[in-house]
Amino acid sequence: MDKSPNWRETFVTAIVKTCGYSAVVFVILIFFFLLRQGLPALFEVKLGDLFTTRWYPIENHFGILPLLTGSLVVTVGAMLIAIPFGIGTAVFLAEIAPRWMREILKPLVELLGGIPSVVLGFLGILLLSPFLRVFLNLPTGLTALAGALLLGAIAIPTTVSIAEDALDSVPQGYREGALALGATKWQTIWRVTLPAARSGVLTALMLGVGRTIGETMAVMMVTGNAPVMAIKLTSILSPVRTMTATIAAEMGEVANGSTHYHVLFLIGLILFLISLAVNITASSVIFKSRKRAERVLS
Amino acid sequence: MKRRFKADRFLVQRMGISLIALAAILTVVPIIGLFGYIIAKGAPAISWEFLTTMPSNGMRAGGILPAIVGTFYLTLGTAVLSVPLGIAAAIYLAEYAKENWVTRLIRIAIINLAGIPSVVYGLFGLGLFVLFLKFGTSILSASLTLSIMTLPVIISAAEEALRAVPQSFRTVSISLGGTRWQTIRKIILPQALPGIMTGVILGLERAAGETAPILFTGAAFFLPRLPGSPLDATMALPYHLFVISTQVPEMPIQIQYGTALVLIVFVLGMNLIATFIRSRARAKRQW
Repeated sequence: MDKSPNWRETFVTAIVKTCGYSAVVFVILIFFFLLRQGLPALFEVKLGDLFTTRWYPIENHFGILPLLTGSLVVTVGAMLIAIPFGIGTAVFLAEIAPRWMREILKPLVELLGGIPSVVLGFLGILLLSPFLRVFLNLPTGLTALAGALLLGAIAIPTTVSIAEDALDSVPQGYREGALALGATKWQTIWRVTLPAARSGVLTALMLGVGRTIGETMAVMMVTGNAPVMAIKLTSILSPVRTMTATIAAEMGEVANGSTHYHVLFLIGLILFLISLAVNITASSVIFKSRKRAERVLS
Repeated sequence: MKRRFKADRFLVQRMGISLIALAAILTVVPIIGLFGYIIAKGAPAISWEFLTTMPSNGMRAGGILPAIVGTFYLTLGTAVLSVPLGIAAAIYLAEYAKENWVTRLIRIAIINLAGIPSVVYGLFGLGLFVLFLKFGTSILSASLTLSIMTLPVIISAAEEALRAVPQSFRTVSISLGGTRWQTIRKIILPQALPGIMTGVILGLERAAGETAPILFTGAAFFLPRLPGSPLDATMALPYHLFVISTQVPEMPIQIQYGTALVLIVFVLGMNLIATFIRSRARAKRQW
């Protein structure tokens, strides 16, 4: 009986270690499969044709610019909503609201993050887009604006939750010091607490926005799905189509191995690389701030 | 001059705090409204029949049983793979890994895995499980795809729970002659279990509500029977809601709201269980 633990230790360590590496393996696997199915698109469609403004796969027009701009306009719109409302709510919860209120409201906001995006899209179709159509007097309410509003709602829980944590972890002494020097509560928030929590708040925003770029169902359901260039200021009030929605809407109907199929994987590859860039940047902010905190403590 | 400055800064304070309160109100009130609205609109559609019968008349009548069962199977299938793998990975990170570049690489991979768009997981699942491994459009392919998507949530939460167990527990166990694995299995894991469970449920909750990853890997538009094996395609609540709210003309609105409510109850019910476990464990904890 006493012999087995040693053998068992080695065995378990090996298993646990293998599982530990699994995340790396999966990221590489995902990258590999996107590459394998997406790269052929670059040989089948000329690079010049890929960066044109016409997406009409039936006639072999694979211009991805409308999809890129569609994703961009919806994401920027979502940021413009998530930044003031997300940060505002986080500051309110961390600095202004009494404790009991925070204990109720924070879980409530996080509960919004648990709602499946397809439900938000469903409500977007039934409530939001008819409202926008009547309120703004548009031919259709299925617009980039509707998508941006829903994406804002999707980004807010992540943003609020992480930003509130960051604000909450600012040492109480900072606030007391500022107040003791005669600063108002607002000056303390604006000039001391927020700057002290800057990196955490920035991470919160990046992760919130990261979710919006990849969001699929809600966007597909409310943006009207017209692959037109969204470069004018009025584009926000017209239908657009995002990269994610294009994949979701068209992948079910293409023949495996066709050019269209490869181009959709290429778009997936672009989305993968964007999320990689966003997340590596966000995590390097986290690492940097942690190092700074360690420097301060030592 | 000085007095004016003083008045100004209190004015600024009042305006600033009002603006922030306004932002918070405009964020919180719609959330409450949203839940209330779905419950009010969906509740009349819910009946025993709605929950336990097959859809009929091109999904315009009858119940949503196959979608409920399908989502249940998918969640279960996701748990079977992602829970052991995720917990083992968390044990490695919390108990075995040294702080070196390999560990840092694993952490970056986990963060990235959490950020990959769900529709890209769908593409990956299509490429690897459906086509390359020839599992076809099936519960198996969809569950595997969802598992990988859920993995980072489970790893992060489980690692946090393991790290929260005080170091003294390990020291004592080792000093009594326990091996590393005995310490983990008999001391650390039981202590960290509530935290791990919370993370697992929150991860599975996300998987249950996802549509995009199962779109090309396992979801069926309409299937008037229950799936018989893991290699069958299946209906699922989120995809069903998408289908009946966008693809089926003249769909009765009540069924749509009812389906949305069932989906939300399914997903948020898991959330409530997780919250319950967490708060109970906190109350019982002795360290």
